[in-house]
Amino acid sequence: MSASPIATTRTAAGMPTGRLAVWWVIASEIVIFGGLLGSYIMFRLSHDAFAAQAAHTNTWIGAVNTLVLLTSSLFAVLGHKAADAGDGPKAARLLYLTAGGGLLFASIKFLYEWPHEIHEGFTISSGTFWSFYYTAAGIHAAHVIAGVVIMLIIAPRAKRNLDLHRVELIGLYWHFVDVVWIFLFPLLYIAK
Amino acid sequence: MSLHDHAPVEPGYEVHTHHGDYVRIWAILVVLLVVSVAGPFFGHPLVTLVTAFGIAVVKAYLVAKNFMHINVAPRYVAYLVGTCLMFMLLFFAGAAPDVMKSDGTNWNKPAWVAAHEAAVHGGAGHGEAAHHE
Amino acid sequence: MATAPVSHSDSHGPGHHAPGFVEKYLWSTDHKMIAMQYLFTGMAMGLIGGFFAYTFRMQIAFPGVDVPGFGVVSPNEYNHLITNHGAIMIFWVAMPVLIAAFGNYLIPLMIGCDDMVFPKLNRLSYQIFLLSALILIGSFYVPGGGFAGAWTMYPPLSAKPEYGLTPLGSTLFIVAVALEFVAFLMGGINFVTTAMNSRAPGMRMYDIPVVVWMIVVASILFMASVGPLIAGAIMLLFDQNLGTAFFNPDKGGDPVLWQHLFWFFGHPEVYVVLLPAVGIVAEIITVMSRKKLFAYRTVLYTTFGTGVLSFMVWAHHQFIAGIDPRMANIFTITTLLISIPIAEMMFVYIATLYGGSITLNTPMLWALSFIAEFLIGGVTGIFLGASGTDIYLHDTYFVLAHFHYTFFPIAIIGTFAGLSFWFPKMFGRMMNDTLGKIHFWGTILPFNCIFIPLFVLGAAGEHRRIFDYSLFPELARPELRHLDQFATVALLIMLSFQLVFFYNLVTSLLWGPKAEKNPWQSNTLEWTADSPPPHGNWPVLPTVYRGPYEYSTPGRDQDFWPQNVP
Repeated sequence: MSASPIATTRTAAGMPTGRLAVWWVIASEIVIFGGLLGSYIMFRLSHDAFAAQAAHTNTWIGAVNTLVLLTSSLFAVLGHKAADAGDGPKAARLLYLTAGGGLLFASIKFLYEWPHEIHEGFTISSGTFWSFYYTAAGIHAAHVIAGVVIMLIIAPRAKRNLDLHRVELIGLYWHFVDVVWIFLFPLLYIAK
Repeated sequence: MSLHDHAPVEPGYEVHTHHGDYVRIWAILVVLLVVSVAGPFFGHPLVTLVTAFGIAVVKAYLVAKNFMHINVAPRYVAYLVGTCLMFMLLFFAGAAPDVMKSDGTNWNKPAWVAAHEAAVHGGAGHGEAAHHE
Repeated sequence: MATAPVSHSDSHGPGHHAPGFVEKYLWSTDHKMIAMQYLFTGMAMGLIGGFFAYTFRMQIAFPGVDVPGFGVVSPNEYNHLITNHGAIMIFWVAMPVLIAAFGNYLIPLMIGCDDMVFPKLNRLSYQIFLLSALILIGSFYVPGGGFAGAWTMYPPLSAKPEYGLTPLGSTLFIVAVALEFVAFLMGGINFVTTAMNSRAPGMRMYDIPVVVWMIVVASILFMASVGPLIAGAIMLLFDQNLGTAFFNPDKGGDPVLWQHLFWFFGHPEVYVVLLPAVGIVAEIITVMSRKKLFAYRTVLYTTFGTGVLSFMVWAHHQFIAGIDPRMANIFTITTLLISIPIAEMMFVYIATLYGGSITLNTPMLWALSFIAEFLIGGVTGIFLGASGTDIYLHDTYFVLAHFHYTFFPIAIIGTFAGLSFWFPKMFGRMMNDTLGKIHFWGTILPFNCIFIPLFVLGAAGEHRRIFDYSLFPELARPELRHLDQFATVALLIMLSFQLVFFYNLVTSLLWGPKAEKNPWQSNTLEWTADSPPPHGNWPVLPTVYRGPYEYSTPGRDQDFWPQNVP
């Protein structure tokens, strides 16, 4: 593998390039989710029927999934702390735990929650609420899975004390995914 | 063995963020979660709103500050994030006056009107719901 | 501060082998090679988009004619041609050439570093872009043909196959556009991070060349505005294929929501393509008039202001869609306001030229014509930005002429200006200036002959996007048919003159006189590298001592003062 260019190592903007880039990724993702959720809120506030449909989401599963993501965020930031201390194996362990949280989240959603709702007849085309529900939660879940995949690439190298700075970067992305869910949860599960 | 095999450049930034008590923050987040789930049980819409969305804002702030260290990063990061959030409010403000209405200049949405009628009359006014001004 | 760093020009891993053909041309991570890939792909797509324009203009001017090279144009084919002409020119020509090609090429060179901060991400972005182009072209050949519902993809025409008649093509179109967005998001992150972090020692914010600022701001505008449309595109995709009804009013959706999602991005998008072209012009006019840029910081702050304001004008595309009239008032005001900073930038350029020692070579001719033609585009936008007049002019050829008077300077004039200016650096040879001037006049004069008649037609009430006016007699102006034919003939002449450019391009590449490092005697850093620069750009990366526009500084022997000279 060739060395990265000198360009990557310069920090005229006061932050390492990787961290700067992840913040830009987060900024562009804010407007993606913002457009989607803004549209949802517009429909939600103007359709009485939404509330009736929304009553069928399972608040308990949503709450459990929120707890799962919050906890995985804890593991991610503890991993960052370990990486800063130069403890690669510990950082890797914590990254694996974070990834595990993400997989648990996805499993609860795809293997239990959604099959249950589809079985009850609530599919993506059942109504506008459900269209938004599956689309928003689905795009979010895709981001969860992408994060897990990246973690599984970073963790083995971190274990050998290689590229430890990346532990913080994927953690930053992961916290953003967590924050999106922090807003999705009340929008889809509580506001009924 | 690092990828960067030339002389290290002096960093112009804070290398190690001050790591606080992350477990404590996590515990606060969990408590807030419980409150937000409990909110609807009070039955009052305003309570639900505050506990659901007010708490969401607080939780997001806690994650951004304590886990993402946005307060340690250079100021422009917070401005960038804030600007993107403002743009989303702007989008909402510009689109909502059209999307949230069921009729306007030379148009209406029959399905919306019908659905509203059905919801209001509990399905009894099915026939009349098809008519509109 | 560390001593001047040495670049990794020969560190390709163990063995120091010279790269083979594939590694050098197809799999490169070098920003200059990726820039070339974007440039040539963009130009190739431009040929396709131009061919589409030729075909549908022939149909408009001579209805029912057997168009040479295409055949007789059917109604659906006509719609398909105009749809893909627009989409191709914006997403697969203007953006890749102005932002990705010039951005990739110039940013590391002008800020004095050896490559982009994420070279592999850079390569991936091109590959995804190429894939998006191939999917779009592939969509032309699937059953039902390519999408034909206008580049703006309004539902329900774009969502319901029974209306749009192109079920598979519609989906592929959205997928192609979405992939293009992903490629440019990746590129944007690369550009912005590189420009923010990787500047040469001594290059402060106000020492950065204007074109770099413009491409960076354009990338930021893109990243901040494309989100809602990505969300909307997914929603439209689901409406098309999964039976959802986000935009279907029969089932509780709202088609105007799509319009808002689209134009919230669509309007900043035009500034995304405008700013790089404006930046290219700034670089050329300062060098070719041997004068400092008139008001560098003003230009910068104006650009930031324009960028922010560009997020507040979008619904002027929707004045007749039935939006709330009170919102129309607000958007009229903001739209008229945004003409002020852009006009001010044009005035700054004119002030820059004033009193300068002007060389009227090919790049300068293109740069000057940009100012003149874009002014026409901008002024005619005022009529459209005011909701009252827009009610009459919307959907007429007036709109079309307005946006071609803005897009053509941006995409075509900007490209030729940049290409003729940086050709010596990119390819190590000089282009023939006489051929360049012939190409210039053969492009500009016919260009005006195409679109001024269209202003007249539009003001008279002739509507756009109509295949056959006999079906919509109230939307036609048959007494002005000769103007349509005049415009089409002018297009044919303009297209023929592009052959001069291609001839010049090829012969200069093969046999042009070798270019020295700094043939234009410019100050900016790219001209201190070899022509063309090697991998890693310089053996020793430069240090910067001043801003980029110190021309004709009193007390100096030379009329220029390169940034890297103490």
